[in-house]
Amino acid sequence: MSRDFDAIIIGSGPGGSTAADVLTAAGWSVLVFERGKNYLINLERPSELLAEFSNDEIKYLSRHFLGPDPWLEPRTFRVSPAEGEHRFIGDVNNLPATVGGGGVHADGKVPRFREEDFSLLSHLGPLEGASVADWPISYDDLEPFYTEAERLIGVAGEAGANPFAPWRSDPYPMPPGPPMYSALVTASAASRLGYHPYPAPTAVNSVPYDDRPACNNCGFCASFGCPIHAKGDPVASLRRALLTGRAELRPEATVSKILVRNGQATGVEWIDGEGNHRVENADHVVLAAGATETPRLLLLSGIEHPEIGRNLMFHFQTLTFGQLPQRVHGYKGRAVTHLHDDFIPVDAEAREAARAAGLPWLRGGMVEHGAAAYPVTEAKYYPWGPRHKDLMRASPMREHLVVLTMQGEDVPQRTNQIDLDPKIRDIHGLPVARITYQPHRHEVVASAHYAPKLEAILKEAGALRTGTITSPGFGAPFARHRGIPAAVPTSRHVMGTARMGCDPKTSVCDAWGRLHAIPNLIICDSSLFPTASGYGPTLTLVALAIRATRALAS
Amino acid sequence: MPRFFDDQQYAIIQAACARLIPTDDDPGATEAGVVDYIDGLLGAFASDPPLIWAGGPFSGRFGGEPRFSNFHRLSRHDELAWRTRIEGSRGIEERERLGPVIGWQEHYRAGILALGADFCDVSPEEQDRRLRANESFVDLLYEHACEGMYGAPEYLGNRDHLGWRYIGFPGDVQPRGYPDDEVSEP
Repeated sequence: MSRDFDAIIIGSGPGGSTAADVLTAAGWSVLVFERGKNYLINLERPSELLAEFSNDEIKYLSRHFLGPDPWLEPRTFRVSPAEGEHRFIGDVNNLPATVGGGGVHADGKVPRFREEDFSLLSHLGPLEGASVADWPISYDDLEPFYTEAERLIGVAGEAGANPFAPWRSDPYPMPPGPPMYSALVTASAASRLGYHPYPAPTAVNSVPYDDRPACNNCGFCASFGCPIHAKGDPVASLRRALLTGRAELRPEATVSKILVRNGQATGVEWIDGEGNHRVENADHVVLAAGATETPRLLLLSGIEHPEIGRNLMFHFQTLTFGQLPQRVHGYKGRAVTHLHDDFIPVDAEAREAARAAGLPWLRGGMVEHGAAAYPVTEAKYYPWGPRHKDLMRASPMREHLVVLTMQGEDVPQRTNQIDLDPKIRDIHGLPVARITYQPHRHEVVASAHYAPKLEAILKEAGALRTGTITSPGFGAPFARHRGIPAAVPTSRHVMGTARMGCDPKTSVCDAWGRLHAIPNLIICDSSLFPTASGYGPTLTLVALAIRATRALAS
Repeated sequence: MPRFFDDQQYAIIQAACARLIPTDDDPGATEAGVVDYIDGLLGAFASDPPLIWAGGPFSGRFGGEPRFSNFHRLSRHDELAWRTRIEGSRGIEERERLGPVIGWQEHYRAGILALGADFCDVSPEEQDRRLRANESFVDLLYEHACEGMYGAPEYLGNRDHLGWRYIGFPGDVQPRGYPDDEVSEP
């Protein structure tokens, strides 16, 4: 059998890029497949970064520049099987399909998980209707890899500023960047109410780092690629991998199948830009396509396990808005510069709220202190006619709105899952991912418990009006906003669809990301997470990827 | 010269946009050339590369070499998606994978017909009545009008940054960015 590479890596986002970096550093040759286009790095001269990203609201927010185009590569959605095959076809939690993946569009909030996030079942006990599980590793196992991940992508933060933070062996590689005025106002109000806001650990350079410049606060951060590469997107790891000469990155190359023979992955089938179907072989396959596309590809490959695609989790978002009397210019800076974690530990009030609702416990999530809107987005919210311009001048949204977003823990449920849509196919003719999802009562109760506290913070900050919405929304699940039904979570934190664990019957992968049944097929993305925590998933998946691929290569 | 509209269609869309984003003490859709943005979108493929994704990283407005006007080439699939969205599927098999698509061009032709050939000559009240009677078309028109008023001028709208200027928005500020004190202070 021909074998050209030690490993094939599927996906060039934070997980796949990290795997490429670690494996090439260990002397392996790797081939990285990316279905999207390359705007990030010169593949012939990897020391040179490309300069294609821009401060352009139309290109990113109206025209799918980072991909995927929801007509070429749609997904389908339903709340439950009772609705039939699907209720919606289009953009369902799309993450960018481009070299760098989800790392390109994120605004780079990269907190660590807390110690108990790795042992929720032992720590809090079971929850009816949910498949809560312990992780097969502890925080202590992962801590050195968190430290390494923070150095690799470049994280700015302040050790000791968050009393709820887990222990850490090293300070952050960079100090925090400049706080946004809006976040100073809301964080100060939160402090007065006894909460503990702190500078958000952010993968955006506050000083020159890794041969990349400091952020200059342009404001086009979340949803945009960084024009000056100040964001810690996967450019750092990809550049190092490519500079070894042992990595090849192939953009616009869609893997359609992982080839498996006798319990071993042997390579992949893939489709090139002209639509030709081709094959590449390797000793190992690293799957890092994200928690929606990873289970889809396992299913397209005929790989079977009862848990593949199940236990799909997002973060249940509670978004509380407040309109401040003063202008806060939320379009200057990094979109979110403060967090508070007070709603994550289960305190006496949370226990009482859970008990009143008949739940054994409830957990909230990190709260992001943010403000940002761009004028096209703002304008579309206002009505047309003479009031349009009065509103644009007064700007209750872009200039006066502050937002607290709680990324609420979403408990795993076996019935929330990714499978293959029976009818809808993508532009390559492959069945698309179908998302079947509804929140557990836990998330709804937790959101209702914490929303008034969020509103109280904004009132303390001086808000003239406050209001709260959630995503997914309640009420009419298929009422559409901007073409997307309210039942579709807006969270881009997607997790859990190939969970890791010790028992091969109840988990897809082992503690090293290897499929129990196919040990040379390794998953390096948030599909592995047994539980979601209330923190963004990126740093944890990067730390897991370092740990898994370092073990693989040693 | 319009890329897609004929003279009458151009005048009707311009008049409609003037009701959506009117001219008052500040410039409105008419002065900002919103109709040119919409014409550029519907006629995106009259240019090569098409006017879909502007270039980067900088516009030149705050330094750097101006490159927004260097539009990106589209891949085979991206061209298929954008032609389908703009022109509609028109019975072409590869455009009907997910079923027939009515393109924006067709929505505009039908919307203009519904507003009436005399739309530019009737009273503002009658214009508003006709706009409200065509809600789904006006939803689409308003989305595009907002993009044409407040998006980057390289997409042919927001002439002389009039949309940004009257609301005090600086627009794209790379590579200058904002100094730290402007971020943190009131």
